[in-house]
Amino acid sequence: MMRFLLLFSRQGKLRLQKWFTPMSEREKKKIIRDMTTMVLARQPRSCNFLHWKDLKIIYKRYASLFFCLAIENQENELIALEVIHRYVELLDKYFGNVCELDIIFNFEKAYFILDEFLMGGEIQETSKQMVNRSIEASDMLQEDDSSEWFEVELFG
Amino acid sequence: MPAVSKGDGMRGLAVFISDIRNCKSKEAEIKRINKELANIRSKFKGDKALDGYSKKKYVCKLLFIFLLGHDIDFGHMEAVNLLSSNKYTEKQIGYLFISVLVNSNSELIRLINNAIKNDLSSRNPTFMCLALHCIANVGSREMAEAFASEIPRILVAGDTMDSVKQSAALCLLRLYKTSPDLVLMGEWTSRVVHLLNDQHMGVVTAAISLITCLSQKNPDEFKTCVSLAVSRLSRIVSSASTDLQDYTYYFVPAPWLSCKLLRLLQCYPPPEDGAVKGRLVECLETILNKAQEPPKSKKVQHSNAKNAILFEAISLIIHYDSEPNLLVRACNQLGQFLQHRETNLRYLALESMCTLASSEFSHEAVKTHIETVINALKTERDVSVRQRAADLLYAMCDRSNAKQIVAEMLSYLETADYSIREEMVLKVAILAEKYAVDYSWYVDTILNLIRIAGDYVSEEVWYRVIQIVINRDDVQGYAAKTVFEALQAPACHENMVKVGGYILGEFGNLIAGDPRSSPLVQFNLLHSKFHLCSVPTRALLLSAYIKFINLFPETKATIQEVLRCDSQIRNSDVELQQRAVEYLKLSSIASTDVLATVLEEMPPFPERESSILAKLKKKKGPGAVSVTELEDSKREGGELNGGSDRGPDTAAMAASNASTPSPSADLLGIRSAAPVGAAPTSAGSLLVDVFSEAGPAAPSAAVNDDGFLRDLEQPTETSDSLLVEGSGDSDSAPPSEDPAPPLSEADELLNKFVCKNNGVLFENQLLQIGIKSEYRQNLGRMYLFYGNKTSVQFASFTTTVSCPGELQSHIFFCALMFHHVC
Repeated sequence: MMRFLLLFSRQGKLRLQKWFTPMSEREKKKIIRDMTTMVLARQPRSCNFLHWKDLKIIYKRYASLFFCLAIENQENELIALEVIHRYVELLDKYFGNVCELDIIFNFEKAYFILDEFLMGGEIQETSKQMVNRSIEASDMLQEDDSSEWFEVELFG
Repeated sequence: MPAVSKGDGMRGLAVFISDIRNCKSKEAEIKRINKELANIRSKFKGDKALDGYSKKKYVCKLLFIFLLGHDIDFGHMEAVNLLSSNKYTEKQIGYLFISVLVNSNSELIRLINNAIKNDLSSRNPTFMCLALHCIANVGSREMAEAFASEIPRILVAGDTMDSVKQSAALCLLRLYKTSPDLVLMGEWTSRVVHLLNDQHMGVVTAAISLITCLSQKNPDEFKTCVSLAVSRLSRIVSSASTDLQDYTYYFVPAPWLSCKLLRLLQCYPPPEDGAVKGRLVECLETILNKAQEPPKSKKVQHSNAKNAILFEAISLIIHYDSEPNLLVRACNQLGQFLQHRETNLRYLALESMCTLASSEFSHEAVKTHIETVINALKTERDVSVRQRAADLLYAMCDRSNAKQIVAEMLSYLETADYSIREEMVLKVAILAEKYAVDYSWYVDTILNLIRIAGDYVSEEVWYRVIQIVINRDDVQGYAAKTVFEALQAPACHENMVKVGGYILGEFGNLIAGDPRSSPLVQFNLLHSKFHLCSVPTRALLLSAYIKFINLFPETKATIQEVLRCDSQIRNSDVELQQRAVEYLKLSSIASTDVLATVLEEMPPFPERESSILAKLKKKKGPGAVSVTELEDSKREGGELNGGSDRGPDTAAMAASNASTPSPSADLLGIRSAAPVGAAPTSAGSLLVDVFSEAGPAAPSAAVNDDGFLRDLEQPTETSDSLLVEGSGDSDSAPPSEDPAPPLSEADELLNKFVCKNNGVLFENQLLQIGIKSEYRQNLGRMYLFYGNKTSVQFASFTTTVSCPGELQSHIFFCALMFHHVC
């Protein structure tokens, strides 16, 4: 299972933090510090995997943002790399050419998209279409203030 | 500022975020935040009830401030209020807030649980998903108590939407992980397993995570999933890339699902059913075949997904460890990856090969890649890849390549990262000892280790080399000579001085014949390092000096001169001063015979498990260094290092497998702790402990004549003294139902009291009885100490003392019992 997902800029500013296990605020702050130092110190063209305590850290840089995902030791690293990629694809589809600013100003949307995709540290839905459909559906719900629930078609 | 995208934009929030970004300093930011917090606080407390949109906006702002890193101590109530709104977006923000800022206020928890319950029973799939998400994100005990019984029902109900099923499966998984006792699968088990056959791939993906976790805890209950998993996997693997439509990822069919299926299969041993097994083997072969085909896309995502499945399949093959054909193919595939362009693949290949190296079927195949791995160790730019290469060398080391590998690891050590040096040192020491046929090579290696990485050579390592040198006559001369040469280096590490001091002290005579290493030369060499060393090393050197006086009488005068000087006999360190004074005296007054006896050569050390291995295990954590390291493999003459934990069977086998054909294995053989003959010494300590707990009536008082007599005639003031009548039978048998048989040493223990007053009188698994006695003329006093060796308290424990037969007329006795809890 995944333990946490962090997004931070090259200056180490945190843009998104998702924790899949309960942790105290102090622990979280320490982990954030450790991750940013470790990942930002890596040379370019090194591999995308690190060992940290008893976890594997998978990281990848997309433009100005570092995506840092921690998985348990028995998990598959390459597929975790693709989890990060899939999340970026979803953000891209939603925002259209997503950039860091989109995530800063629409942070709550970034969390909502993440929640459609991952849950409890595991992948929930691997079909891009399905995830996009449910995000769009909830957007449509936003626009309609009539407050009755929609028909079932939305979820095929 | 970017255009506000779909849905309602909450302009106020965007403005606020802009303001924060435009703050020039941390102080300005804090000022702006405080202003906003004050504003929100007043709005929340205000008379006017806020409308949903405003509430949502402010709660969102609070969330933003929290995520920036500032503490928020209000807003929870408002967030909980949002939950009961009928508007989706307001609910969403409410749920997000309480998932991120978890609060343990019980009133709030009750309200939150209520809102969740309402949403779960609303039959609105969107709301249900929101609620399930919240439970999965928070996963607290209270939520588990409230919902753990309902969610399985939602999961398997026929009318549940697919998306809700997915959420329910993962939510249940989260609850199971945090509160396994509250999630009772029982009646749902078979229905959950059946989800593997669901038409909707998303449901299968979610369900399989749940099933994998449950299988690990209850393998028997879920074992029906194996055949379902195999058929699902083979359907995916043999499908064309267009079959699965949106579940194909860059031309790879359902990579996440495939990986998860392969992981699930790793929870179980190979399937017993022939048909299932055949299908699975076919699957694995297909996966291995596909790896050889040209890629369908140049994108790295395609190769990552494809290789992810490949590596997972290899993990499964390694886990089964029963198909030699597959193992060899896996090894070859990894061998190809070792030289791949992509660093990631080289890293993973090195890591996977480590586990392959410990399988008997593929160990030889792994060894063929040794040159590539050594090359990786030398040339890789990424330090994590180099580290994996070092780990692999350790794992593939055996008799045939030990010398080469140890040499490579030593040269790597010279430039290695400081954080990994200690581990490398331990590994080199273990390998050198395990595969040493020629012990002079072993001595060389350890001394090299000290020279290269002296700071990281822990005590266990150099203790070990000394133990081995002491135990093996054939290498003592060589050791002395080598150590002597090593000490001549201008800057030598303190550990080298320790080893050198000890060895020359014991075996310096073996090289004293050569004028270049005559006794005086040896002494001067050691003494030249004396002042550079720490106190423990100096203490060791002083012991070496007195040994020199014994070995080489011609050096006596010189050494005594050194011992006599003020810096020794008036040294501020108590240990050094004591040694100097005592050694000086010993050398002056003892006759040569006495001196020779006192400073006789150290006897061989008892064989026991290597403490280096224990230290490595402790360093890397449980399970990292396998017990199979110490076990002789089933193949002749080979021993395998560092395999992953293969499960209870092999561990138990390893533990019972004590001897190996190789000469080195004795030292690493697993033997139990100190032999039984040590019992009397432990009895002594028991005696001491009991003594220290004794009341003021302990025999430390009343040593002189008067007191002695006085105590014997009158019971002392301490409470709990009872006069015990002598009656019936003798020995205080242990009060339990089944008296455990006494140790065979019992007779031995008794006989020694002919000439000893103190010691262990009796011992078995439950009880130990110690005795301490004093006699003066016609009076004697005996103290019997009963030590409880169990972890429970003795009940109704009584003792009787009797004087049998004709002794009764000769002895008058009275008995007192002192009571304390043991």
